[in-house]
Amino acid sequence: MMMKNEVIDIAKVRADFPILKRTIHGKRLVYLDNSNTTQKPKAVIDALVDFYSRHNSNVHRAVYALAEEATEAYEGARQKAARFVGSRAKELVFVRGTTEATNLVRFAWGEKNVKKGDLLVATLMEHHSNIVPWQLLAKSRGATLKFVGLQADGTLDMGSFETLMKESPKLVAVTHCSNVLGTINDVAKICAKAHSAGATTLVDGAQSVPHMPVDIKTVGSDFYAFSGHKMLGPTGIGALVARRELLEEMEPFHGGGEMIREVFLDHSTWNDVPHKFEAGTVNIADAIGLGAAIDYLGALGMEKVREHEVRLLEYALQTLAEVKGFHQYGPLDSKKRAGVISFNYADVHPHDLATILDEEGIAIRSGHHCAQPLMRWLNVTATSRASFHVYNSFDDIDVLKAGLKKAGGVFKV
Amino acid sequence: MSSADIYRELILDYYRNPRNFGKLEKFDIDSRDTNPLCGDEIEIQIRVGEGQKIEEIKFVGKGCAISQASASMLTELAKGKQLEWVKQVGKEDVFRMLGNPDLGPSRVKCALLGMKVLKTGVYGYLGAHYEDTDGSD
Repeated sequence: MMMKNEVIDIAKVRADFPILKRTIHGKRLVYLDNSNTTQKPKAVIDALVDFYSRHNSNVHRAVYALAEEATEAYEGARQKAARFVGSRAKELVFVRGTTEATNLVRFAWGEKNVKKGDLLVATLMEHHSNIVPWQLLAKSRGATLKFVGLQADGTLDMGSFETLMKESPKLVAVTHCSNVLGTINDVAKICAKAHSAGATTLVDGAQSVPHMPVDIKTVGSDFYAFSGHKMLGPTGIGALVARRELLEEMEPFHGGGEMIREVFLDHSTWNDVPHKFEAGTVNIADAIGLGAAIDYLGALGMEKVREHEVRLLEYALQTLAEVKGFHQYGPLDSKKRAGVISFNYADVHPHDLATILDEEGIAIRSGHHCAQPLMRWLNVTATSRASFHVYNSFDDIDVLKAGLKKAGGVFKV
Repeated sequence: MSSADIYRELILDYYRNPRNFGKLEKFDIDSRDTNPLCGDEIEIQIRVGEGQKIEEIKFVGKGCAISQASASMLTELAKGKQLEWVKQVGKEDVFRMLGNPDLGPSRVKCALLGMKVLKTGVYGYLGAHYEDTDGSD
């Protein structure tokens, strides 16, 4: 039997998250939908309240004290976010989230650089946000989009990747970590090989940055994107990190205030990067909230966050496998996998299971997880998914196991 | 909402042993739709007989117990009726057919997917347009 050792003080961490005191249908909330979005510690909620209560004003414009405080806090959040992923503030563009980041690259880089007949490469395990923008780009530029296949264990088929690299792709877009299988891809190796083949690279970090130490310089990708709300921060804020030369060369994404240097009636010139890509009034409060989330994670230490989730994953894989009819997808090696378990249970459809578990206060995701091509590859229409973060406990997994057994009773499995 | 209330014997039986499941060799109406939220899918085929009667009706689909049982039960209800009946049928009829389970708002769409597919197909056949209200009207 595996030891349920704690690398972090779970009780102390849980006390930092006000929502965990809630009951759902009279039961303790067991929140296991962290790949979807995470809960927020009081420090993040307080940062939002503090900004609106004490410092609210627009940034980069006015010269009065409040505006300077707001600007300093917003740019401070950029510094924090950049340092958190081993980058520099000049190379970090605030966006709404990973989806906006990939769409920014599609328009600002893709429309200028992708030509008719070019090849774009993604993988079968991508989230729709790292597929659909490239389909749209391929359509508008007359390019082709091809996909790296998967092996039976849910890891990338590097053979098919190598074959595609021989076709000199223009772009290689790959996720650092699958939101369905939990597979952690060797993105440093992938980016190095893609660069050798002449490609520009984009890594979707939506499921990696919240859960493990990430150093974008080591990854080596040209573009790297992540979302704030999946890493204890507010919704509506995320980041696109890119090499500075690339950002300098790219066309703007949105035109408007803030992103300009000078505007004439017949043309305009652009503000310095990253502001060139931040048109209009930016999401000041949520950027500051993300900064607070990063402070919180930084204080815990991302190595510890990762180790905690590895232990939860190992315990969950072992515990849930004891339930007859439980079938999980994804690699079994916890060193190559994040704290995500997609599964099916007998012939109980994931939506029915989620309804039954909800009665027990358990929140899991059910459905296609915005990864329909992957669902087809798995030959399922949907899966249930339990995903962890730092406030989840071993007890949460025991509650989930009991919930599965209850569903078995309801469905007479 | 209680799962024992939703997943009563009737719904589980239709989920595991769906009536009218399959495809028709000859059909006049073929209608398919999915719930983009969860990926549930239903396809209904109808052979129209004399006097605009639903002579034969079959469905295929993938999805949760509620969506599949609801579609199956609806095909049983529709068989032998006039196409005009499909225009009259409403969500209350579907809920009654399912035994009026206490569905939460997110699961109502599962229950009504079959009706949406049936109505879309029949309205189209009759040269009309069915405006889906997602059960939220």
